[in-house]
Amino acid sequence: MAKINLNVNGKKQVVDVDPNTPMLWVLRDHLNLVGTKYGCGIAQCGACTIHLGDVAVRSCQLPVSAVGDQAITTIEGLSEKGDHPVQQAWLEHDVAQCGYCQAGQIMSAAALLKANPTPSDAEIELGMNGNICRCATYLRIKAAIKTAAQS
Amino acid sequence: MTQVKTSMNRRKFLKVSALAGGGMMLSFSWLAGCKPTPEEVSNLPKAWFELNSYIKIGDNGLVTLMAPNPEFGSNVKTSLPMMLAEELDIDWKNVIVEQADFYPERFDRQFTGGSLAMQMAWKPLRTAGATARHMLVQAASKAWQVPAGEITTKNGVLHHKASGKEAGYGEIASQAAGLTVPEEVPLKKVGDFKIIGNSKRNVEGANIVTGKPLFTLDHKQEGMLIAMMAHPPAFGLKVKSVEDSAAKAMPGIRDVFVIKTLAEDYVRNGFDTTSFTELVVVVGNTTWEVMNAKKALKVEWEKTADATVAVAGWGGKQQSVIIPAGLESTEGHLAKMAEMARKPGKVLRKDGDPEGVFQQAAKVIERTYTAPFLAHNCMEPVNCFAHVTAEKAEIIAPIQAPESIMQALSARLGMPKEKIQIRLARMGGGFGQRAYGHHLVEAAVISQKLNAPVKLVYTREDDMTYGIYRPTYTATYKAALDENNNMIAYQVKAGGIPESPLGFAQNRFPAGAVDNYLAEEWVLNSNITIGAFRAPRSNFLGAVEQSFLDEVAELAGKDPIDFRLDLLERAKSKPVGEQNDYNPDRYAGVLKLVRDKADWKRNKDGVHRGVSAYFCHNTYVAQVIDLTMKEDKPVVEKVYAAVDCGVVVNPDAATNMAEGGIIDGIGNALFGEMTFEEGVPQKKNFDTYRMIRHSEAPKAIEVHFVKSEVDPTGLGEPLFPPIFAALANAIYKATGRREYTQPFLQDKQPLV
Repeated sequence: MAKINLNVNGKKQVVDVDPNTPMLWVLRDHLNLVGTKYGCGIAQCGACTIHLGDVAVRSCQLPVSAVGDQAITTIEGLSEKGDHPVQQAWLEHDVAQCGYCQAGQIMSAAALLKANPTPSDAEIELGMNGNICRCATYLRIKAAIKTAAQS
Repeated sequence: MTQVKTSMNRRKFLKVSALAGGGMMLSFSWLAGCKPTPEEVSNLPKAWFELNSYIKIGDNGLVTLMAPNPEFGSNVKTSLPMMLAEELDIDWKNVIVEQADFYPERFDRQFTGGSLAMQMAWKPLRTAGATARHMLVQAASKAWQVPAGEITTKNGVLHHKASGKEAGYGEIASQAAGLTVPEEVPLKKVGDFKIIGNSKRNVEGANIVTGKPLFTLDHKQEGMLIAMMAHPPAFGLKVKSVEDSAAKAMPGIRDVFVIKTLAEDYVRNGFDTTSFTELVVVVGNTTWEVMNAKKALKVEWEKTADATVAVAGWGGKQQSVIIPAGLESTEGHLAKMAEMARKPGKVLRKDGDPEGVFQQAAKVIERTYTAPFLAHNCMEPVNCFAHVTAEKAEIIAPIQAPESIMQALSARLGMPKEKIQIRLARMGGGFGQRAYGHHLVEAAVISQKLNAPVKLVYTREDDMTYGIYRPTYTATYKAALDENNNMIAYQVKAGGIPESPLGFAQNRFPAGAVDNYLAEEWVLNSNITIGAFRAPRSNFLGAVEQSFLDEVAELAGKDPIDFRLDLLERAKSKPVGEQNDYNPDRYAGVLKLVRDKADWKRNKDGVHRGVSAYFCHNTYVAQVIDLTMKEDKPVVEKVYAAVDCGVVVNPDAATNMAEGGIIDGIGNALFGEMTFEEGVPQKKNFDTYRMIRHSEAPKAIEVHFVKSEVDPTGLGEPLFPPIFAALANAIYKATGRREYTQPFLQDKQPLV
């Protein structure tokens, strides 16, 4: 066990955990931020996507000890009032079915748009290919990303 | 308006009014885990008045509607309350929807599955809404001393034109709550609907996009422990011994033990399916610690013996299900199925003289199709929270069929059903798998043993290798044409491991449209467990029958849509047999609609088209796929779907569901497959089990609903089966290769 300092959603946090613990479980079990989801544990489904700095990462494969002083943003911290353009576009297109993967989809989409504010269809498909939606809301996700890109 | 008797709900209404004591204020629980904002709190009513199980009206006019069914993503939490709101005649803006707990004394049929939610709720929920409205009108009539017949309602406001009196529902609710439930109420005509037929967004949308704790896996409470389990690595194995000292010594670990989930002599019901009744359980403080300790377990497994399990069947008849010993492999399954396909099956339906006609026909075509086991792979892995004490059992679970697991829970916990409470958490997918509540029993047994609140969590690997799969199937189709290319005989022989796909489908199209018809089935036992999977049985039959008919049409030199329409015309004008389970007009209707919307006869360079149509789960669907080839790989450019599901309650949500069924179907057709070696499932996670991804989805989908005033039917399943065939038929046009074996892309190459 080790005391580790973190900067999560703009807030300083200290956790006392095994340094190998994936960030996913630190968020869910220790910081009570359960919006980040467990889907596969091997970085294949994208349900656990968070931002490390500005980059989308799979938190199930990110040991807490590797975070250092980089800022972490989770779905809970993406916007104060749930009004990030990507979140708004998701509501406008009524994207979700079961909703389980959508936090990960939104975090991937927000990072994609930050890096590339006007992605082509092919760039959206490539950028989002790591996020599985079992309900298969892919077309609505794509439409919502295009809407968010315009705002 | 139609008058409907309230009797179907009357028992529950009466019970509730007794419970509520007429106008009694009931406690109001906000969404679990989601704190209301101060603004929301200030807008909350000071008192709630319950008019029936489904409807509470606040003194300020805010209305709480209960969503009775468990939500797994088909949007029943929004669409079912729309039915209540329609007849109650309120403004949707003033509605709060609350998820009901499992509470059979108050709510009808709390089951989500079989594409039945809309259909089964259509009358009861509208009646509940209309009854509450009627009571409000009666209360206003009494208060204003005017005839009830002169009072109208609109958007939650009561009016009396002659006297100019007006009151919001909130002002009258306290008086209405004490009134007697009417014997009969009128229901609106379809043409008068204001809410039904107008898209309403998912009531949980804002909570989903902000990551609120909606799922069981998100649940936490004081003193809660985390449990994980190890099940045998292969079907046909069981626990022999456990060496747990290393696991027990690991940080954060509380205990390791073996549980038995069902007693040997327990008579199961149909949903008590469990792959493994004995599990090794690790309990500790946090998920990561327990996950690691589980890896440190050393379990010795041994082979199971042949077993027979008692299962309660229809009409109280007990059945014996044989679970053979042995470590099965896909190779062995395929060989056995091929052998069965060559033998005569059990005849389910026979019209005319198929054998004789096949011998004399001008042309005969025979084709055999196979499909593998499929894993559901819900994004939320199996999990369950339970807190069992001597007094009661509290359970929070992703469960489609709570009622069906109550018997097992009650028997195993030694507790009457009244003491077992199940809260229906939002499910991260269901697809049929979550109809089987083994995880509730497992979590409850663990909690009872520890006398502590416990959350049981499956890893993805546990979930994918646990079983309850879609069965593997084989079907052989045979058709005969006369010299004029009319289909004069048709034969299907189908079976699977361990279920035949044909049992309920022998009267489906093209039965009734051909003079000589034969349907036969067979089945092979297995110790690999199976369960409902999006459009059970139809997901295979629709896929292969519609591929076969495409080939028959080609052999007949006919356009595949015209070929089907000719058969449907025959089924309408001169049906063969009396048991045919489809309406030829509605079937033909979706084919004509998709033909028009897709401009079927249009030829576009490089675009290859396939068509398919199927009727299952009471909804008619026809689909056209436009396929292009890019560097020798197929790309689904566009899908056109025509759907007849009667009245469309929530059109945009219905479209979403249809899109999902289509893309899921394309994904499973191309990639879906679970294989076995020596009883061991060969895929354990998404690195090897290929799911369809963003770049492989169709580029566009158009969904067209037949305008209809017929009572609604469901959409979760019907779009899924036929798309396999539309895709196969389009691939044939593009490549000249027919697809007889699922998945089509065996080498797992991505589409683009």
